[in-house]
Amino acid sequence: MLEALTLILACQLIGEVSVLFTGLPVPGPVLGMLLLLAWLFARGGVPESVARTADTLLSHLSLLFVPAGVGVLVHWERIRGQWAAIAAALVLGTLVTLAVTALTMTAANRLLGRSGGGERG
Amino acid sequence: MADAPLATLWVYLAASPLLWLSLTLGCYLIALRIYRLGGESPLLNPVALAIGLLIALLILTGTPYQTYFDGAQFVHFLLGPATVSLAIPLYRQRERLRRLALPIVAALLASVLAAAASAVGLGALLGAGPETLISLAPKSVTAPVAMGISEKLGGLPSLTAVLVVSTGILGAVLGTGLFRLLRLRDDAVKGFALGATSHGIGTARAFQVSPVMGAFAGLAMALSAFVTALLLPPLLRWIGLAG
Repeated sequence: MLEALTLILACQLIGEVSVLFTGLPVPGPVLGMLLLLAWLFARGGVPESVARTADTLLSHLSLLFVPAGVGVLVHWERIRGQWAAIAAALVLGTLVTLAVTALTMTAANRLLGRSGGGERG
Repeated sequence: MADAPLATLWVYLAASPLLWLSLTLGCYLIALRIYRLGGESPLLNPVALAIGLLIALLILTGTPYQTYFDGAQFVHFLLGPATVSLAIPLYRQRERLRRLALPIVAALLASVLAAAASAVGLGALLGAGPETLISLAPKSVTAPVAMGISEKLGGLPSLTAVLVVSTGILGAVLGTGLFRLLRLRDDAVKGFALGATSHGIGTARAFQVSPVMGAFAGLAMALSAFVTALLLPPLLRWIGLAG
């Protein structure tokens, strides 16, 4: 558990530091994720402790968004001033993105004659 | 003087990060309880409920957001390690990933472009300012990544965080209904769309429907975070929005 957490934090740290020095446009944690992925491929498997730690972190993923969400308080004035634009971008933008993504993937699957392997009735 | 000890206690607690850290976890647990009591209806999204409860508490006690965040930052910090941890579900899906490489790349590019274009386009059409537009652009990717992009391009990272969370909740609430309307059956496709649009909150919702849907949502969230981080800065510069 402790080793796994250290490994995850180290990947993030290397990611953050590399971004700082190279000016890559990618945020540090994303680079850290790629590092960890490369490590897993090099190793040829996920050690039990790493899997357990990562699954624990990811199983409470929604909770981690709560503090940022409460920040709506700080931006209340701006949001109220531009509420129509923000509401449209949020609601319609979300629906458009969901539909475009799902329909593109369905079309590509059909074009290539394969299914996602997750068929359900 | 009867309330003096209580006042002293409040002064002590209000100055310590412990109170708001505990309340963040407590409100989330209450929100989860309500969500389960309500038959796990997507309308009772636990993230939205927890945020509502906490905002009510902050307003009632007259606590500024900064004081709240001093405690809640410990939860917020875990977003970074959680993003790194996405490597594990990605690695587990490597076979599917290889098999579906082409449809995934197509869907990924379509989603990144659709997310940015719909957000910036609709926002600009209805008169949002440049700072708001830049803050809106990365709203479909997971919070730490979106905040990083927003900050680099001259948006407001904390506003982006709010928009990211809202997009997540909206996708989780509206997603399954929209998929039914579009007559989509493939869980891989539905999961991918939820993750690409609504990042972690969409992924959490997808895992509630089925493990396949969840895995593909996690995959989409990780890939779109990476592709958006690469494509969005040049894209916004190209339309003249970011310096």
